[in-house]
Amino acid sequence: MKAGPSRTNRPDNTAFTQQRLPAWQPILSAGIVIPGFTLIGLAFIGVGVALFVTSQKITDLEVRGKRDTHAVLFFFQGPVFFYYGLTSYYQNFRTYGVSKDGYQLSGDTYYFNVRAWYSCAPYQYDSNNNPIVPCGSIANSMFSDTFQLYQVVNGMKKQVPLDGKGIAWWTDYNIKYSNPALVNGSFANAFSGTVKPVNWSKPVYELDPTDQANNGFLNQNFLVWMRQAALPKFQKLYGRIAEGDYAQGLPAGNYTLLINYSYPVISFGGTKKVVLSNVSWMGGKNQFLGIAYLVIGSLCIVMAMVMLIIYAKYKFTDDDEDM
Amino acid sequence: MSFFGLDCVKKKEKETERKIRANDREHNLSFKYATNAIKTSKYNVLTFLPLNLFEQFQRIANAYFLCLLVLQVIPAISSLSWFTTVVPLALVLSITAVKDAIDDLADLLLLSTLCLSSSHPLSPSLAVSFTLALCFCLSLCCPLGEVCCEPPNNRLDRFVGTLVWRGQKHPLDNHCVLLRGCTLRNTDWCFGLVLFAGPETKLMQNCGKSSFKRTSIDRLMNVLVLFIFGFLVFMCIILAVGHGIWEHYEGTKVMAFVPQQNEDTAFSSFLTFWSYIIILNTVVPISLYVSMEVIRLGNSYYINWDRLMFHTGSGTAAEARTTTLNEELGQIRYVFSDKTGTLTQNIMCFHKCSINGKAYEDSVIDMMMVDFSFNSLADPRFQFYDNNLLEAVKLETLEVHSFFRLLAICHTVMAEEKNNDLVYQAQSPDEGALVTAARNFGFVFRLRTPESVCVVEMGVPRTYELLAILDFNNVRKRMSVIVRSPEGKLALYCKGADTIIYKRLHDRAEESIFAGEGLRTLVLAYKDLDEEYFSEWKQRHHQASTALEGREDKLNQLYEEIEKDLLLIGATAIEDKLQDGVSQTIEQLAKADIKIWVLTGDKQETAENIGYSCNLLREEMDDIFIVAADSPEEVRQELRCVEWCEAYERDVQVTERWHGTEIKGLLILGIIFAYALEGSMELEFLRTACMCKTVICCRVTPMQKAQVVELVKKYKQAVTLAIGDGANDVSMIKAAHIGVGISGQEGMQAVLSSDFSFAQFRYLQRLLLVHGRWSYLRMCKFLRYFFYKNFTFTFVHFWFAFFCGFSAQTVYDETFIALYNLMYTALPVLGMGLFDQDVSDGWSLEYPQLYEPGQRSLYFSKGAFIKCALHSCYSSLVLFFVPYAAVRDSVSTDGHDIADHQSFALLTQTCLTVTVCVQLGLDLSYWTAVNHLFVWGSLGMYFLVTFTMQSDGLHRLYASSFPFVGTARNSLDQVTVWLTVLLTAVLCVLPVVVHRFLFMQLNPTINDKVRLKVHQMKAQPPPPRRRARIRRSSTRRSGYAFSHAYGYGDLVTSKRFLRRPVPSRSAGSTPAGRSAAFRPAGRSAGYSPSGQEQNPKQATEPTELQRYRAVHDATFCRQGVAPE
Repeated sequence: MKAGPSRTNRPDNTAFTQQRLPAWQPILSAGIVIPGFTLIGLAFIGVGVALFVTSQKITDLEVRGKRDTHAVLFFFQGPVFFYYGLTSYYQNFRTYGVSKDGYQLSGDTYYFNVRAWYSCAPYQYDSNNNPIVPCGSIANSMFSDTFQLYQVVNGMKKQVPLDGKGIAWWTDYNIKYSNPALVNGSFANAFSGTVKPVNWSKPVYELDPTDQANNGFLNQNFLVWMRQAALPKFQKLYGRIAEGDYAQGLPAGNYTLLINYSYPVISFGGTKKVVLSNVSWMGGKNQFLGIAYLVIGSLCIVMAMVMLIIYAKYKFTDDDEDM
Repeated sequence: MSFFGLDCVKKKEKETERKIRANDREHNLSFKYATNAIKTSKYNVLTFLPLNLFEQFQRIANAYFLCLLVLQVIPAISSLSWFTTVVPLALVLSITAVKDAIDDLADLLLLSTLCLSSSHPLSPSLAVSFTLALCFCLSLCCPLGEVCCEPPNNRLDRFVGTLVWRGQKHPLDNHCVLLRGCTLRNTDWCFGLVLFAGPETKLMQNCGKSSFKRTSIDRLMNVLVLFIFGFLVFMCIILAVGHGIWEHYEGTKVMAFVPQQNEDTAFSSFLTFWSYIIILNTVVPISLYVSMEVIRLGNSYYINWDRLMFHTGSGTAAEARTTTLNEELGQIRYVFSDKTGTLTQNIMCFHKCSINGKAYEDSVIDMMMVDFSFNSLADPRFQFYDNNLLEAVKLETLEVHSFFRLLAICHTVMAEEKNNDLVYQAQSPDEGALVTAARNFGFVFRLRTPESVCVVEMGVPRTYELLAILDFNNVRKRMSVIVRSPEGKLALYCKGADTIIYKRLHDRAEESIFAGEGLRTLVLAYKDLDEEYFSEWKQRHHQASTALEGREDKLNQLYEEIEKDLLLIGATAIEDKLQDGVSQTIEQLAKADIKIWVLTGDKQETAENIGYSCNLLREEMDDIFIVAADSPEEVRQELRCVEWCEAYERDVQVTERWHGTEIKGLLILGIIFAYALEGSMELEFLRTACMCKTVICCRVTPMQKAQVVELVKKYKQAVTLAIGDGANDVSMIKAAHIGVGISGQEGMQAVLSSDFSFAQFRYLQRLLLVHGRWSYLRMCKFLRYFFYKNFTFTFVHFWFAFFCGFSAQTVYDETFIALYNLMYTALPVLGMGLFDQDVSDGWSLEYPQLYEPGQRSLYFSKGAFIKCALHSCYSSLVLFFVPYAAVRDSVSTDGHDIADHQSFALLTQTCLTVTVCVQLGLDLSYWTAVNHLFVWGSLGMYFLVTFTMQSDGLHRLYASSFPFVGTARNSLDQVTVWLTVLLTAVLCVLPVVVHRFLFMQLNPTINDKVRLKVHQMKAQPPPPRRRARIRRSSTRRSGYAFSHAYGYGDLVTSKRFLRRPVPSRSAGSTPAGRSAAFRPAGRSAGYSPSGQEQNPKQATEPTELQRYRAVHDATFCRQGVAPE
């Protein structure tokens, strides 16, 4: 080869520039696809069975309507969680979802008064132009029913403690939301000049007067409500039954649920329900995943067989040289 | 981009006549004729930003996103934060701007070199370099001449004007002008007057309109984008109507907790419509265009980098000059090729000869190169390998001597001594080759005067008296000279096409030499003449040549009469070497179902010859139709005849037809284009031409070349490629979808207006079958996947609308929406567009049939697009409803509900990201390390960014900007979440696998077959390429007059041809005299015997346009005409 300018112009001989990078070139050959489908199918069926069985073991008890006495026929393995559910409730409505002020809720009193967030309208100011705190539709529409659960023991009502703490996300409680600092040693003073949301019966600083850690913006029921649901039919955690006699679960027997109705749902055609449930390694009761895995797994096996038959019957060979 | 900026020639009023005075600058300036500056750049530093932004927003997609942005700042409508649009838009605009700037800067540089060269002091008094000069202006030194001539036009063969000088009018015609780009021969200088400059030159006018080229995928994309717009509006209307209905039945009740700002359902629906336009805007992918550009750019670089397209001889690498047309290379159906310099090297070699029945072969194998050192006048570049011939010369074999003597005398070459070096100016390269061969074997042609030829025979100078030249013409296919030797003997020397000469031999002995080798054989013969007979003949010849009527016929008769009873001396075989691998390339392209049309300015015989030698025409083509007619009616009839024959054979030989035996060749003479392209016959011509396997058009002008290309483009809707190397190919190169320039030492003009350039024709197969095919495959895969991922992404919102009261709520996190296209899915698909290969380059060449899907646009079409959309539809259903069912009422392992909107968003977007990644993995057939990095990196990036965006720290910094704090942490530790992700991915992808697998079994494509074969061979390199044996024609193809033109005999004997003193070699170089009248008019006037140097090739029309010559270098080197 002669030296000179021609060599300097010559492109580099690298695998990259010459498009010869070593590469894995998989193809959908029968040897991969058919065993692959079989394996996936078997794995899915395995997972499906596990999910299905687990889901079946989870106990849940749904309470609809106004009947207030319920029989628990067997021991309800704890910890048991107490949920309230709503239907036809569009917490995922866009204008609803944006109707809050993150700055307020992180405890910044500056934003109690300042119109930083127009999306809170029409729950930004009351008729006297006083700022509403917490502003916006979500807070305003906070679920307000309260529940008490009693076990009927020998005709006596024994209250089952519903722990309303620890029901919100750790991050919501510790990071996302904060209360404003006390003013003159009083929590209420921090909210001076503001008014409670229109639908609320008491101001935010009195949500749980007994426990300052569960009061104000850090009230866990409030936090649970503020985390709006994805779908119009949802349930939210109200309390945990994890204390005292019931820490291990609810013994079989009769229970009475005392519901303080204050939240209207009839007006929008919604319904309410209460759910008691325990959990497993896969979370709450959900039949869907187990069934889906079983179905998909079986389909995979079927398809593997179909493909095997077709492959055996029609497989093309590269004998034809005229390709 | 308009390269030559023809736009700036727009005149306020049409010029009807132009008047130019010699050396009268003021007068000339008063007309404001175009200057020689040619502006080709779009921007300068100051105007770049505004102009570029303006231009970018003219693109419909960018303008659309600007509108979206406006919508997003309206609070009532805004369903997404402004940044989801601004971030991608800004990125896209800046990337495009940078690319535009780089592209344009390249042009600015070019312009500056242009300026340099035009200010080169070649012709200071004329201020601009010469464009068109009057040739016979020896007496123009006085500034009184005035020229009136026609306005600028593109006709190379015509010029009308008058010169008024000293009160006398002289007519000016085509012979009196030099066109821009031509080279002066036989003189070092001449006087000139510039008539047209810059963009008004005939060359520039002939460049054809340069239009912005777009690929067929681009055009399809425009249609699809419109369709997508329509679809977007359609979806939004559905959702708006849904919103109206929902409001009517449900929404009013929701007032209890979600007070509606506006109570009018219709108005609220209207707002919803716009909100959804914003949310669903991702169906029109903003990053698509910029990604396409990046992929094309990358694939262009591969072409530049390809060592297998690098020509070692000239040190030129292939170059993708346009970076936006790559995938079109994979769809070519018609290739229009120039001939000389493109298919051939344009180098003539004295290859073989046969003297007195003995053959001397130039076979390189184990032969020493002949040592010509004995001959001080030998051309060192000449190579010959058969020493026997030299031996024969040295032995003073009579026949061998007369053989070379004939070669040294019988020609129309002009000799010139420059720098002590003998230079031949031959009107045709093969003549030059022959004369040089004689020169090296000791018969040196030294000088020509109109009446004599000086030859140094084995060191002894001899002067032959030149009595007559019986010139070449197309019918005679031979030329003869009649000379009187110094001893006083009269002889006629004749050389010509073998078939012709054999008929005129004394003994009619036919010698079959060099048959079937595809060489141009030329037979040499002589005859001693009788003094009396000759003088009588000479008398008649004189009469005939002065006859007013029927001169040609009379002369021909006389020639016939004297050129008979010849004695055979021998034969020569000249090769205009085809470039390496031409016939093999042509065969490969033919296998790929690419039709090759050769459009050449050359003559029919030449074209036919080359057709045979490069395998375009083959012996098994039973008929070769030659269409050469003089009137429109005849042309029509001939075309019909061809068509009829074709149709007839189709009936008769149906069976054979399918075996491909009745392949037709069609030769068309350029003259008919004047009629054929007139309009009425366009279709007829095209129909006929397309029936034939091979079409060769000869004597075609540059504009006609472009017209043919346009014709095919217009009626066949096929992708065309034009390849050429000379200025005469420029218009064709510009007209075709893809223009390829062959870059040699000459003719940069073609390269400059081409889209791709390389040094050798054979690289075309690699350009098309490897780079083109890959580019097309990559682009199509990219587009299919891109649409898939964006549609899937977007459609999920559509389904969600039914569960959120059509409130334009998004499913995903806004950060995810902003980053999905830019960060999470951009690189893997780019990697696919840059690295994917179905089979390696070797296999691509092994199976040219792999090219066909591209020609039929199988990989990406409207149908494929619809399939993509349906596939997306399915995937989006899975991606919405599986998470929907999985999270409905479900709670996490610690009892918290995880059916909140944020968790659902995270789950859905994780499912989506994983699914599209898996789908990409399925589509990707070539996993390089980079692809792995991109795919896994993007997935990793998704989780990294998600966790970062939802981290405590960022939320502490900007509380309200990161509302998703903690979501990832809370939901991604759930087994069910991962099981859901797995389920969606499997459910989305497995049906695709089944579909592909079954199709591969039941209806395998050529790709599937080859890939399987490759796979079975465990990625071994393909078997050594079967070297296609080149089938030589079995009959002799004679090609005398490879590019001879009639009229040279007259020229070299005319008195116009200057006399110069006989140069004495010992006296060193004598400056060449003036030879203003001699203009070599052959196709090419230089040649190289050895191949070290190429002909300055040119000529557009063989007869008159030869002066139209390629410009020499990249900077449009101005050929100056120096004034005295």
